Amino acid sequence: MAADTEKLLQFLLRTGDNTLVLSHRVSEWCGHSPILEEDIALANTALDLIGQAQMWLGYAAQVQGDGKSADDLAFLRDAWDFRNVLLCELPNGDFGRTLLRQFLFDAYQSVLMGRLIKSSDETVAGIAAKASKEVAYHVERSADTVVGLGDGTAESHKRMQVALDYLWPYVGEMFESDAVDTAMAEAGIAPDPASLRADFDALVGRVLAEATLTRPDSPFTHKGGRTGRMHTEHLGHMLANMQWLQRAYPGCEW
Amino acid sequence: MTRPSVKQVWEWLETIPDPEIPVITIVDLGIVRDVTFDGDTCVVAVTPTYSGCPATSMINMDIETCLRDHGLDKIRLTQQISPAWTTDWMSQKARAALEDYGIAPPQPAGGPQRCPRCGGDHLEKLSQFGSTPCKAQWRCRDCLEPFEYFKCI
Repeated sequence: MAADTEKLLQFLLRTGDNTLVLSHRVSEWCGHSPILEEDIALANTALDLIGQAQMWLGYAAQVQGDGKSADDLAFLRDAWDFRNVLLCELPNGDFGRTLLRQFLFDAYQSVLMGRLIKSSDETVAGIAAKASKEVAYHVERSADTVVGLGDGTAESHKRMQVALDYLWPYVGEMFESDAVDTAMAEAGIAPDPASLRADFDALVGRVLAEATLTRPDSPFTHKGGRTGRMHTEHLGHMLANMQWLQRAYPGCEW
Repeated sequence: MTRPSVKQVWEWLETIPDPEIPVITIVDLGIVRDVTFDGDTCVVAVTPTYSGCPATSMINMDIETCLRDHGLDKIRLTQQISPAWTTDWMSQKARAALEDYGIAPPQPAGGPQRCPRCGGDHLEKLSQFGSTPCKAQWRCRDCLEPFEYFKCI
């Protein structure tokens, strides 16, 4: 595989694995949400994310060019081959933490998709155009919920602040750059993640202020997911669940 | 059999109901993007409404079954994601059928124009999401009935 192709593949895996892993996490709420409307909303969000994962990983498989499919990439890789940011694989915690994580990811995704629409790679631009319409609905809802819970009761406010303190150290990884990002930016395929930070901060700052939540000021960042250097212990457990059918019955199809 | 015309194939496709909202057809919905023949293979390009919509695979199966029933045996379905599907492609006929069925049709303003049951315009949003990815839940404050709204994308 040529160096450029390998880098494009890494970019697609990172983008696709974010949506795949988060989709699975969000789907864990199915049947357990506080009220029916929220259950349906979470299930629908998970569905959109898995649809996006199918498109990103479908293109990744095509770029890889060895006859594999999006399903192969989703179900036949183990933790060390996943390239999602750590934020996406964290356990759900309570409803508030799940929605706050969703908002942080949606905010990042809405800024990223807006830029990818102008990608020099036609397929990337096409997928981003499709996904951005769904992401617009996601961020609207998750932002509303963060405000509702943050600026809610004393208990909901306290839980949201605890969730924000827990999640914030995972935000920085989304804006880390390495050789893959440099190559993508040079080819006009994807923006340098660092360049997304200002728009992200503006959006998140506005919503957190309205939610009466205090953004932690520690610059510390957990990382290692998008480079594949080190995932959290949680990903392996999640994959054991997500991939159990292929592990129990290798090659099973229907 | 002799190869049917492209127009004929479109007419056949126009009889296939959407699996989730059977009062509108997949052609009305605007998700069949193209019909062509590659030699004697009939190629139908389909675009998904929402990228993860589970009805997509069902729709593909319905298209294949319909065309086979009309004697076509060489069929290829392709997925076309760009340009992305928009509710602008939904026909006027489909919008009217949706409203008759109790689902408020999509509006550029981003919310339903009136209650599909009583026509009232005092409306409130219950949830951004509904029973399928393409719908949201709303309620009419005049007749107090909840109803679904086909989201505009």
